[in-house]
Amino acid sequence: MARYHVLHETRYTYGSAVSLSQQMLHLIPRASPWQTCLDFRLSLEPEPSWRRRGEDAFGNPVEWLAFYLPHDTLHVRAEMEVEVVPHLPVTLEAGLSREALVARLAYRSEPPLPADLAAKQFLFESPHVRVKHELAAYAAECFAPGQALLESARQLMEKIYMEFEFDPEATTVATPVLEVLEQKRGVCQDFAHLMIACLRSQGIPARYMSGYLLTEPPPGRVRMVGADASHAWVSVYAPESGSHDWVDFDPTNNLLPDTQHITLAWGRDFNDVSPMRGVILGGGGHEPEVAVTVTPLED
Amino acid sequence: MARTLLAIYPRADNRYDEMLDDGGRVREHWRKLFVHLDAVAPDTMRQRLEFVDRRIQENGVAYNIHAGPQGEDRPWALDPLPLILPADEWKVLAGAVAQRARLLNAILADLYGPQTLLAEGLLPPALVYGQHGFLWPCVGIRPPGDIFLHNYAVDLARSPDGQWWVIADRTQAPSGAGYALENRLIVSRVFPELFRDMKVQHLASFFRDQQESLEHWSPADPGERPFIVLLTPGPYNETYFEHAYLARYLGYPLVEGQDLTVRGDTVYLKTLTGLKRVHAILRRQDDDYCDPLELRGDSALGIPGLLMAVRAGRVLVANALGSGLLGSGALMGFLPAIARRLLGEALSMPSVATWWCGEKPAQEFALGHLDDLVIKPAYPTQRFEPVFGRELQGAARAEMIRRIEARPHAYVAQELVNLSQAPTWSRDHERRLLARSVGLRAYAVATPRGYQVMPGGLSRVAGSAQAMVISMQRGGASKDTWVLADGVVDTFSLLKPVLGKSDLVRSGNNLSSRVVESLFWFGRYTERFDDTARLLRVALSRLVDAGREPTPELASVVELCVFAGIVAAEKAAEKAAEKAAEKGDAAAGVPVETRLTQAIFDSEADDSLAAAIRRLIWSASHVRDRLSVDHWHSLNRLQRTLQSGKARSSELGETLAFLDQVLLVSSSLTGFSMDNMTRDNGWRFLVVGRRIERLSFLSRTLGATLHQFLSQEGRGLEWLLELTDSIITYRSRYSRRPELLAALDLVVFDESNPHSVMFQVQVILRYLERLGKELGEIPPGALAREAESFSQFDLGLFQSAPEPACAALADQLARLAMAAHELSDQLGMRFFTHVDAVTHQTLAI
Repeated sequence: MARYHVLHETRYTYGSAVSLSQQMLHLIPRASPWQTCLDFRLSLEPEPSWRRRGEDAFGNPVEWLAFYLPHDTLHVRAEMEVEVVPHLPVTLEAGLSREALVARLAYRSEPPLPADLAAKQFLFESPHVRVKHELAAYAAECFAPGQALLESARQLMEKIYMEFEFDPEATTVATPVLEVLEQKRGVCQDFAHLMIACLRSQGIPARYMSGYLLTEPPPGRVRMVGADASHAWVSVYAPESGSHDWVDFDPTNNLLPDTQHITLAWGRDFNDVSPMRGVILGGGGHEPEVAVTVTPLED
Repeated sequence: MARTLLAIYPRADNRYDEMLDDGGRVREHWRKLFVHLDAVAPDTMRQRLEFVDRRIQENGVAYNIHAGPQGEDRPWALDPLPLILPADEWKVLAGAVAQRARLLNAILADLYGPQTLLAEGLLPPALVYGQHGFLWPCVGIRPPGDIFLHNYAVDLARSPDGQWWVIADRTQAPSGAGYALENRLIVSRVFPELFRDMKVQHLASFFRDQQESLEHWSPADPGERPFIVLLTPGPYNETYFEHAYLARYLGYPLVEGQDLTVRGDTVYLKTLTGLKRVHAILRRQDDDYCDPLELRGDSALGIPGLLMAVRAGRVLVANALGSGLLGSGALMGFLPAIARRLLGEALSMPSVATWWCGEKPAQEFALGHLDDLVIKPAYPTQRFEPVFGRELQGAARAEMIRRIEARPHAYVAQELVNLSQAPTWSRDHERRLLARSVGLRAYAVATPRGYQVMPGGLSRVAGSAQAMVISMQRGGASKDTWVLADGVVDTFSLLKPVLGKSDLVRSGNNLSSRVVESLFWFGRYTERFDDTARLLRVALSRLVDAGREPTPELASVVELCVFAGIVAAEKAAEKAAEKAAEKGDAAAGVPVETRLTQAIFDSEADDSLAAAIRRLIWSASHVRDRLSVDHWHSLNRLQRTLQSGKARSSELGETLAFLDQVLLVSSSLTGFSMDNMTRDNGWRFLVVGRRIERLSFLSRTLGATLHQFLSQEGRGLEWLLELTDSIITYRSRYSRRPELLAALDLVVFDESNPHSVMFQVQVILRYLERLGKELGEIPPGALAREAESFSQFDLGLFQSAPEPACAALADQLARLAMAAHELSDQLGMRFFTHVDAVTHQTLAI
């Protein structure tokens, strides 16, 4: 078991006053069988004129904020304490092959298994994830016939890790996944989108995981990439493989997330769960400064 | 009598004929119309066709009012002969349409709710989760009365055995009901007696149902009267005409996304006098563009936060956000089973056999029978035209097969229907009926009494005898649809509804800031257009009088035109001519004649008359729902006059006559603004805009003229009076040749002359004061100060020292022009600026 303190700060300094701002936050860690949120605090400067908390269509907690008074800066400070219990190891060789899963998911005019139906929410194209044969072709060598699909997913993760370079300058949030595939560079969001696109193009449901990594690694371990910002990785639908139907893969670090990954939210892609999505009136230039600090807590 | 129309009317063996039965006899419900047509004189029909064309052109019934650079709208053709359906047949048809609407509503309620259709395997998840039209943020939202589908349209076709089939469902924001109404208002005037005698059902009750239902389900607080708006993507949308037309007919303000704002979970209209709560939005904008906060972030048309207001149940959006999902033809094959499951009923009207290629057997069938099928997109968000398998040959065929195999779920294959045929009146023959494929778009609206179907609809006919597809873009035409009553016709009319005392509305306080800004600019552009035309007419008439010999007077006027930026300066004109010469055209000097003609017709030149007309029509299109029908007709006529004038522009006399015509239209436009528009604050802004523009024009041109006087004495004052439309007044007052002092007194100082400088100032000050009473004081700023200095101007100076007097007056006029500009900017900043500001998306990771 691990306990963490997370501080996620976002600061907008606008070029000119913003007269109206509406924001949608995916900053509250969602509960799961292996994760509990012990405490969550949100400090806002300025204070919002209106706020509401709720849940999105994928079960993630959401906070909506609105600011109606002119302001030059916006500071959002999310602080949380999260407990994560180990959910590894998984046996990658166990479970269905890709072919078996695809056959099982094929539509028949009869009631599907509830878990399969739920998984199909993450099977099709979404705003940042194309389903194209270029992507299926790129992933093809990882999917040896009859091989367990989790093993194939691991090989795909490794392939992406080996062939792609981490480069924050190469992409923006709007870079299409096919372009990422072409230039072989990007950040964790891009690698997650690419891996999801490859999996869905192979007929496997995959969801986008948004969250954090431990900033300073335990003694003797290397510091992982993407630790000072919010992180993104992938979850693959693998029924009959273990306790939870879904297994996480982190293509940025080439590993299977366990207690060092803290989950904020999941969706079809970044678009569903961007930590802070807003619409403003005015503002001029406005690149946000984002800082994330994850600190392990002693019991 | 000439031989009967039937003698050369082509019969069809392999399809249904709407007018003739199998034995070739005219069907009972067509008989009255046919007998009438058979007996009518060709001249009468020709006049009727002309009437139809004129009405359509005048109403601007065009797909897109911004069709081309020359504004060459392509009005769609309307065939005067209606499609006629008898009462008993219609009952069955309407029942089936209503049932289908009920079914589709139930499907939406299920898919955005418990999703039992997916859990039970009645619908493939690919058609829901796999569609961009399925809006995830809308999951879990229950609209008032559980009504998602307020407006439904369905495209129907009749097969050879007389059976009606569904070709396509329209669930996003169905268009065409406004055109159906428009067609009715025209065709019922073409055949007024037949319309009455045949007992054709009226359409108005359908629109009343729409109004009452929206009011019924509007989430108004007790004591509040529901405030309903019609949301349009704006004038660039291809069906904008219809939005404006329906908004006017239904009595709803026509708004764009930026007119609305969400505060908390309530939607408001931004008006001149503050925020006004909106209870219901009749949506003609695609749903994914409606809220950039939660839906498409790149939408500049949306209303950030709208979804939150919908979720909170504080606003009704019709159709519900997310309803576009069901426009997919891929669903059709699943509907019979779903109807049994959700309604416990059999589906009354079949859909045309449709195979969704996402199912393997269906894909195989489609590829195996390509020649007999039409390939269509599976999802309404994909935009490509239906492709006929039999027209696909060689590489194109292989490419289509490859595309289907790569993304089978994105395609459906639909059986070809041998459409029925209906008679249309030939435009190329003396008297002849043509047979054309026909399809019908029917409309239903949700009401507390269930779905009500419009007794009529939009009938569309193919452009040629061979055409397989009915498409307006491919030269088709539309028809009115006459549904006959078997009892008394409900003659209710929305045009004159009976209102109670509490319904009385005196002046619009619901003016959106954007509309007010548009009215202000409409006022300015109307005046700018008039000034430009007037100045050019003065110049051109001097040119005609002068013949080949240039006169000093002509030179002065042309100089003024150049000063006003309307006519190209000689150097600029030469440059342009040299450029043309390089391309091989004849060069050497640009005659005044050419420069003036260019200033009139060259729409590329920034301040030409053609450009002024374009701007005027553009600004008018933004306030179209505020203009009277006649007003709009005049604008349309102006555009046509411009085109025909351009065609004859080689003759100076013709061009002069054209300018006379244009000025005539201009005065009728002014008349409409004065006579037909209600005196609310929007109108006041229009007047202020107009007066500011005229003040600016007068101050600048008079100032320039005074400078001319200083440098070259004695040039004619006649044209100055002509330019300011004051020559009649001058003559009646002085009965002698114009003299400087008297002329200046009339066009600058005389507050009773509507074309004088001081008259403009007084009107502006008066209107600002009036506006200030409701909107808070509007300081007139420099304008009042400058006006004051005019009243102290010593006119005696013109006798004692005319030159310094002219110079002083010119200075004062220059300052006045500045003050007018400042005022315009101030009004903009105070009342309109937030209109320019565009929201944009921000993302942080």
